[in-house]
Amino acid sequence: MAAPIAIHLEFGGGAELLFGSVKEHHVTLPNQSEPWDMKQLLVWIRGNMLKERPELFVQGDTVRPGILVLINDADWELMVGVLPECVLCVKD
Amino acid sequence: MCQVDEEYNGQLEHRVTPRVSKKCVKCKENTAVLIIRAGDAFCRGCFKEYFIHKFRAMLGKNRVIFPGEKVLLAVSGGPASSSMLSQVQEGLSRDAPKKLRFVPGIIYIDEGGASGQSMEERERAVAQLESVFRATNYHYHIVHLEQVLSLPSSVLDAGSSATEKPQTGSSYKAAVDQFIQTKKNQHPDLSVENAQSHLSSLSMHEVENGVTSPITPEHTQALQKLFASVRTLTAKEDLLHTLRQHLILHTARTQGYTKVMMGDSCSRLAIKLLSNISLGRGASLATDTGFSDPRYGDVVIVRPMRDYSSKEIAYYNRMFDIPSVFIPGLDTKAQDKASIQHLTESFVTKLQTDFPSTVSTIYRTSEKLHTACPPQNTNTQPFAKCLLCVCALDTKLGESHCQCTKTASHHRNVLYSLNKSTCNFILKLVFLFPNHINISTYPSLLLCYSCRLTIKDMVSERTSITSHYS
Repeated sequence: MAAPIAIHLEFGGGAELLFGSVKEHHVTLPNQSEPWDMKQLLVWIRGNMLKERPELFVQGDTVRPGILVLINDADWELMVGVLPECVLCVKD
Repeated sequence: MCQVDEEYNGQLEHRVTPRVSKKCVKCKENTAVLIIRAGDAFCRGCFKEYFIHKFRAMLGKNRVIFPGEKVLLAVSGGPASSSMLSQVQEGLSRDAPKKLRFVPGIIYIDEGGASGQSMEERERAVAQLESVFRATNYHYHIVHLEQVLSLPSSVLDAGSSATEKPQTGSSYKAAVDQFIQTKKNQHPDLSVENAQSHLSSLSMHEVENGVTSPITPEHTQALQKLFASVRTLTAKEDLLHTLRQHLILHTARTQGYTKVMMGDSCSRLAIKLLSNISLGRGASLATDTGFSDPRYGDVVIVRPMRDYSSKEIAYYNRMFDIPSVFIPGLDTKAQDKASIQHLTESFVTKLQTDFPSTVSTIYRTSEKLHTACPPQNTNTQPFAKCLLCVCALDTKLGESHCQCTKTASHHRNVLYSLNKSTCNFILKLVFLFPNHINISTYPSLLLCYSCRLTIKDMVSERTSITSHYS
């Protein structure tokens, strides 16, 4: 059981073009039974936030090669292995 | 790191999250924040040191920048060139005894006319970048791509190199001394220099301290017509790159800069290497992707960022708040197969995710490339350089091009009799009137293989290409 989580997403380096040229987004992820993980977040972003050309952002399960992901200003590759179970937390 | 440190409206439950606390491989104390190369985790402080050190080491290893020299920084607004700008600022401001000592200037080329942006978007981008440049207190030049159509033809001349190339440490000192000497000697000739630069600046209509005169919609239309006459995106990108180089070169020459720093990162150069081979520029790979590019003679192009992968640059910019402006280009949001360059980029990037040593392998291969000196032949050709890209001509007028030796020698004689200004004039005509110039005449003889293909793409709609050049 996960309560709705509010997160702060930032897109840069041209990725914002796919989100209506808006760089910063404050969104609230809805309630769901399992804890959120990155895969689900990407699916959610693709479904709810992406305005155009989904193939330029998401490729299969993960982001398109070349797109860097930071979680709280740290490389998400550091969390590989922990990734599916990583609970999303609030970023200020 | 992934941890819950604050409550948010009491809605968030406290959870015991699996914390990944990898230590920095360098200082072994702080928690790592990013992974570089194939598994080295660095903390913030060590990463900053590593980043700054690499820049200075790159400049120190290849000692081509003399103290007191005027260096033009080509900033496109993108992450790599913005990072380069901040590194130059950092290097020049240090109190350490080994402070970088040169006089920087900034150039930004507004390419909105070619990539179809509206005037408001272009002005907005220029305004954003101007505020960044003003914060650096360096002299800056904002040049619009439309001005390339009104450049004087002397831009295509390869100037004579001012000093000899330093081979070892001791001759670097000698080169520096010689450089300082030539600077002192130049003062008596100031009047000639002034007149020359005054004349060329008249033709560019460039106002002091960087902001150029406003360009008219006719200029933009002429530029758009030029790009519209090119069929494929590959040729468009190639042409854009060439025109950009001409503008930078011209600004450097008229404003007295002897070096130009480009912000090509390692990833960008790896992509460039592979796509240049596909474009037919294999002969000039060493100069196109090496650290220093001496083909223009008096102005040397250096690439100090060539050791940084795009990931390192992106993280550094993010962590240390380096301002960069994203400006959409010709291939933004294009399909993967839209152009050779774009396809190569997606290929290398995809390969890099599965094999993290891809880019560094390509980079190391490019380091091993050397410029081959063409063998000196008895009949030294006066025009051994391509008109457009000023690289050594890699095409020879052989039997395959002409029906008989008589025609070959006739062409060669004609080639020698044309003086440089006529060649440049012909090239300008090709740009301004792409539909009227028959490609089967002289210009194709003066271009390297890939420039020939680019021009062929431009005129192939209207004029008939003879079987000689297909």
